[in-house]
Amino acid sequence: MNEENVHTEDAPKEPSSGRLIATLGIAGFFSGILLVGAYLFTLPMIQANKARALEAAIYKVLPGSKSFETLVLKDGTLEVFKNAEASNQGAPPNSIFAGYDSTGALVGIAVPAEEPGFQDIIVGIYGYNPSAKTIIGFEVLDSKETPGLGDKIVKDMAFKTNFAALSVEPELVVVKKGQKKNPNEVEAITGATISSKAVVRLLQKSIGNWKPAIEKYIATAQKDKQ
Amino acid sequence: MDNLIWIFVSALLINNFTLTYFLGICSFLGVTSKLVTALRLGLANIFVMVITAIWAWLLNTYVLTYAPYLRLISFIIVIASTVQLVEMVVKKLSPELYRALGIFLPLITTNCAILALALFATNKGYGLVEGIVYALGAGGGIALALVLMASIREETKLMDIPKVIEGTALSLIIAGILSMAFMGFAGMFSAS
Amino acid sequence: MSENNSGNEHTSAAEFLKGLWDENPVFVMVLGMCPALAVSNTAINSMAMGLATTFVLVFSSILVSSMRNLIPNQVRLTAYIVIIATMVTVIDFLLAAIVPDIHKTLGAFIALIVVNCIILGRQEAFAAKNNVKLSALDGLGMGLGFTFALLCIGSIREILGSGTLFNVPLFSDKFEPWVIMILPPGGFFTLGFLLLFFNWYKQRRKVKKV
Repeated sequence: MNEENVHTEDAPKEPSSGRLIATLGIAGFFSGILLVGAYLFTLPMIQANKARALEAAIYKVLPGSKSFETLVLKDGTLEVFKNAEASNQGAPPNSIFAGYDSTGALVGIAVPAEEPGFQDIIVGIYGYNPSAKTIIGFEVLDSKETPGLGDKIVKDMAFKTNFAALSVEPELVVVKKGQKKNPNEVEAITGATISSKAVVRLLQKSIGNWKPAIEKYIATAQKDKQ
Repeated sequence: MDNLIWIFVSALLINNFTLTYFLGICSFLGVTSKLVTALRLGLANIFVMVITAIWAWLLNTYVLTYAPYLRLISFIIVIASTVQLVEMVVKKLSPELYRALGIFLPLITTNCAILALALFATNKGYGLVEGIVYALGAGGGIALALVLMASIREETKLMDIPKVIEGTALSLIIAGILSMAFMGFAGMFSAS
Repeated sequence: MSENNSGNEHTSAAEFLKGLWDENPVFVMVLGMCPALAVSNTAINSMAMGLATTFVLVFSSILVSSMRNLIPNQVRLTAYIVIIATMVTVIDFLLAAIVPDIHKTLGAFIALIVVNCIILGRQEAFAAKNNVKLSALDGLGMGLGFTFALLCIGSIREILGSGTLFNVPLFSDKFEPWVIMILPPGGFFTLGFLLLFFNWYKQRRKVKKV
């Protein structure tokens, strides 16, 4: 960068490579200590933040739920993920969350899902009631949709009420605003039809993927109770 | 396969590194006034990005699961040494390619787009193949932006431009218009 | 970069102040915009990004200047980069722990502070040749100058693009936000016009002097 700096008078002509390695080693050592220190110091807080965010999202899409357990898909079967310490690290990939109300009855299953939207991937989580086969809540966790237009999928309350009780059978259908007649129809946002459609596609695809596993899990859970 | 096409087109056009994330605008504003130069810089970028994507995946899979706090340092060091290594290898094996890429290889080390590629690809949890496709798309996007910019700047050279707007200010405003044009690509995958 | 390396003549205050205006890294030297412009769509994001950069700049400057006689010339850039990357990782963790919402919106762009040319530039041009106190002041001045510039861009974009400043609504409902300003093109336009203004201002001053 600076020519004059390369030839300062105090620099020896050719320091031995030993000294070069030693200096870098010391610098690396100190930065290592600093890094590990900062990592260990902040880790519990970061994990608590993440766990809190996940919990808040689950309780939002499963209204009335007070507790949840993590379910992991293994070879086509859902299993309860019990390792409490590991769940501190965030849920493993391919996991969904069963939410229970204060009496311990199943409210529904919260499923995270993602799908390309108008600008970038939309990441969301929705609550699914397996017995009524309806979606009971939907929240966008992350999206880069156009501010003022596509980001209404996050902010538009009227759009959100679409997902308070949305039947997934026979399949989800997008209709114009104010024309919802059947329980399986979603009213699109004016000026953000592409984003609305992307959200519906996200739900449709994800339900299709998870439904068999969820139904199997519910059936076995009921059998166990009897 | 659908997924790979989406990753590629998304990085190339919809979320173009230069025009929507402002990555690599240093070289975008500074270097480009000749079309040939821009093309070569773009090619060098794609080249280094693909190698970086492979490295990022290797590091992320085999090292960083044990020491996540080393992520940034290891990426930076790996990128810097890769670029130097690539430079030496290319010089030996293909002097022609070396002459074509010229001084751009070392220049790329300080390019934020390369580090961003490694960070984005690992943040999104891409595997090896996805990472390489992403690198091709992102590098291609940068090359495209560079070439477009250079062509426009070649034209403006002969124009009578007010002195206050000459240089970076003009380039930034041109970049803004280009960026606006690229917004038209958004939604091309979800419009169906 | 016009760095008069005549250490003694500079007072500490001058080292601090030059970064804010005369040598403002963004407006005068047009440096370090790569990773920062992407998150300048609201005032609060810009400020967070600017302050994070200032933190990295100050502490890297302190470390580099205190070790300036120990680091051999041949490996100095590598050593600087290791130091900077360490500081960036630390601030990344701290932000994730203390303000998770801001950390989420800034995302990978915090890590990209590492390649911000201002930081490596200041180590090479200043911290490597001056004592700890002056280097820290230089880093602080440059950092705050950068924050100021970024905050200007962020405020303009937020006011025009969403009609708010720090999330406080400024206009009546009749104001139709210029959505383009919070989209990427708005970033290019805002910086372009700010530079245009600075050029115009500088030229007018020159003309007046003549």
